[in-house]
Amino acid sequence: MVRIANGQGFWGDSLEAPLEQIRRGPIDYLTLDYLAEVTMSILQKQRSRDPKSGYARDFVDMVARGGADILERDIKIVANAGGVNPNACRTAVSKALGRSGVKIAVVAGDDISDRLDELLESGVELKSMDTGEPLSTVRDRVQSANVYFGAAPIAEALGMGAQFVITGRCTDTGLVLGPMIHEFGWSLNDWDKLAAGTIAGHTVECGAQCTGGNCQVNWDTIPDFADIGYPIVEATPDGNFAITKHQGTGGRVTVASVKEQLLYEMGDPHEYITPDCVADFTTIHLEQDGPDRVRFSGIKGRPATNMYKVSISYSAGFKAIGMLAYSWPDAYRKAQAADRILRKRLDNLGLKFEAVRAEFVGVNACHGPLAGEPPPDIAEVALRFGVRSNDRAAVERFTKEIAPLALNGPPVVTGLGSGRPKVEEIVAYWPALIPKSCVTPQISVEES
Amino acid sequence: MARVQLVRIAHARSGDKGDTANVGLSALKPELYPILAQQVTAERVQKHFSGICFGKVERFELPNLGALNFLLHESLDGGGTLSLKADAQGKTYSAALLRMEIEVPDGLLLKDPVSS
Repeated sequence: MVRIANGQGFWGDSLEAPLEQIRRGPIDYLTLDYLAEVTMSILQKQRSRDPKSGYARDFVDMVARGGADILERDIKIVANAGGVNPNACRTAVSKALGRSGVKIAVVAGDDISDRLDELLESGVELKSMDTGEPLSTVRDRVQSANVYFGAAPIAEALGMGAQFVITGRCTDTGLVLGPMIHEFGWSLNDWDKLAAGTIAGHTVECGAQCTGGNCQVNWDTIPDFADIGYPIVEATPDGNFAITKHQGTGGRVTVASVKEQLLYEMGDPHEYITPDCVADFTTIHLEQDGPDRVRFSGIKGRPATNMYKVSISYSAGFKAIGMLAYSWPDAYRKAQAADRILRKRLDNLGLKFEAVRAEFVGVNACHGPLAGEPPPDIAEVALRFGVRSNDRAAVERFTKEIAPLALNGPPVVTGLGSGRPKVEEIVAYWPALIPKSCVTPQISVEES
Repeated sequence: MARVQLVRIAHARSGDKGDTANVGLSALKPELYPILAQQVTAERVQKHFSGICFGKVERFELPNLGALNFLLHESLDGGGTLSLKADAQGKTYSAALLRMEIEVPDGLLLKDPVSS
């Protein structure tokens, strides 16, 4: 049995979770996800300012803090922390480990930003999976383009003896499936087993969101959130596995907590498509196996497609959001009045936006029309007002119209201490498909 | 029969993919799944989310998990970084679906609601 722990569900997740996974009990692998959809563009910008950067620095910090334990306990680390500069990440990790002879693999080749024109010319349209438009419509605004590799290159890197595997863009599920393929010698055509590993990966890829985090069932009796345990896959060669967490940590692993995560970011459950296989979530059988352990069995899969998904980011204008809170009495009416006044002022200034949105926090910002009318004596309501435009100057001008309302609008208002809103450049996500034959993962192993 | 809010008999989790939100709805007990499957149709969910969802609603069934999955197209103001919504990723849509009411035979009702 192999224990594969997840220590990071997304870029910005708990800094302590990886270390807790290493220290609170035995694990064989620690997997970490540092790349959100548009992270690559942020890392590109970093690298253009400093050629030695462009990777997730949090990962190197984690290695500096936990390296001694990782090496002593012989834990293998698989992380997509490489970003747009996995080689630089390896160099930094090597330094942070402070020990020579540790094998560190880099899986690269996912970055196709230099090849976009060549690919477009050869007939690979890179159409948006959301809208069907060809990439040519935003070609001059593209900031990054990275292919999602799967588990196979990770398994190969582990097979070359690597203790650390640092990738660029890859699927979250591949981080977990890769170790299973390596440990159990699974064939890359064993669709049922690959589907099982994929589903294990999907279950743990959001960290504590399967161990009681964000769980709706009896949430207020879930023990010790402050010390919540992140998930661990107990994997076996037959493809069956269990999800659990370290003993003595907080949280709760139940069929309910795990089911909620299974449904998260789910499209058609019959075909959960990854580079490695197509997994069928309608074949999963779940069973509670004692406290904080859920067993998965019966999983079936189908052959992988011949395409990789590509994550492309592009500039899509600017936006800014301002907030003002109105207190009782008549909090909602005052916030609504402020909305009308603000719109009129922006109009008077001749400012045009592609989108303007007002929401009332404390009333309907989450559930919109389903929220109904608030009680008339509601204690406080915040107006959250946002604009979006390709014209940066217009968005900038809007940001200066929030503060004045504290003095020249409806009464009893506070700015919530947030100061003037900031103009944000919108970097939007363009998911596309590319034939697998166009791209090859490049795996290299070096010793620290 | 009684009119019951889904929050009494189900739990849910929502996520996003571009401008589409997914809401997974799971029966609190296996014996409650058939009534969910029968009554929580794509059409009813579409109606429930009017003013929020401006595209079509698709429904998928996972009888093995006693769950349904709904895709709410065009429900996130463009989604991701484009969206001006406070809940740009639709994380609270799970609870929004649980506000919906259906008819449940008296024998199937749980004694207590989900929360304390």
